[in-house]
Amino acid sequence: MGFETNIKPYHLDVLKEIGNIGAGHAATALSTLLGKAVDMQVPNVKVVSFNDIMDMAGGSDEVVVSVFLRIEGEMTGSMFFILSLRQAERFIRSLTKDEDFSFKCPPFSEVGLSAMQEMGNILSGSYLSSLSDFTNLNLYPSVPALSIDMVGAIISYGLIEVSQVSDYAIVIDTAFIDSEDFDGEGINGQFFLLPDPESFIVLFKSLGVE
Amino acid sequence: MNMVKAPESIRTSGLGSCVGLVLYDQETKKAGLLHVMLPDSGISKSEPFNHAKFADTGVDELIKKLAQEGVSVRRLKAKMAGGAQMFQFNMMRDTMRIGPRNVEAVKFQLNQFKIPLIAEDVGGNSGRTIEFDPETSKLHVRTVNQGEKVI
Repeated sequence: MGFETNIKPYHLDVLKEIGNIGAGHAATALSTLLGKAVDMQVPNVKVVSFNDIMDMAGGSDEVVVSVFLRIEGEMTGSMFFILSLRQAERFIRSLTKDEDFSFKCPPFSEVGLSAMQEMGNILSGSYLSSLSDFTNLNLYPSVPALSIDMVGAIISYGLIEVSQVSDYAIVIDTAFIDSEDFDGEGINGQFFLLPDPESFIVLFKSLGVE
Repeated sequence: MNMVKAPESIRTSGLGSCVGLVLYDQETKKAGLLHVMLPDSGISKSEPFNHAKFADTGVDELIKKLAQEGVSVRRLKAKMAGGAQMFQFNMMRDTMRIGPRNVEAVKFQLNQFKIPLIAEDVGGNSGRTIEFDPETSKLHVRTVNQGEKVI
């Protein structure tokens, strides 16, 4: 067992609040970007095995669109913004006004991919800047990287640090819902924040929690 | 870490920087699959640690498990896939070049045990799902953009 054994229920509540504030700002940014309402779910904070994280994002084999960035600075970790192919297509079409954009056959339109990357950049940027304001920690996000691939291949990259310490990770998962999506797939997009193990102490300290 | 005997096959999905290593015996049609996440147990910061995660301890343990199944190390052959570099970042520390390091570490271990590496599909920047059939000793490798290949 690793670091996660020291985590108490009230710690998880603090992390939930972090997810709430961060994703709340991101959802507002998304809503402004698309010019329509975006709803957000109550954040899900869990201590989970690596396999369970993959399942939270749709299963190891599932192909998704993801924007990934590393967080450096006083707190370190990985952040993922994950969308289903169908949802990413809809966002790209709405942003670029290109109704033909599709993930069916590569190569994909450069403009569409660039729009997707920029969207990930704006959303994760607003998540992280609110986190930075809230905790007073200096955070330096890397340039976001866009990837269209299997969940397992993408998420495992964010687990490299934690896997040296434990077989479990703490994930702050926030889903948002496009309120005009009536064909009811439910969850449309997800933010995963995976702080590196040694960053939890920094994070809790910054908020006055021991 | 999983064991299999024909006619069943064995698979692991969504390999990124991880390496999927199959050790198999053509005669008894038994095989074992190891999912390597990290190159060296020396970087483990916890005790006790999960042996199957690391190339050095994982290969050793897989060989022992196969021995329990009656497969001698001298009859083992290897195939592997994975070790991709999913993302490129300038600010990354060495830990982030983990895919190529996993591949090197697995090869080093195979060399130590004198297990011949028959085929590999490693590197690149896409995820892989692999399935091994002990009956034919074929490893099926599927990627998102390049379809499926058999090695």
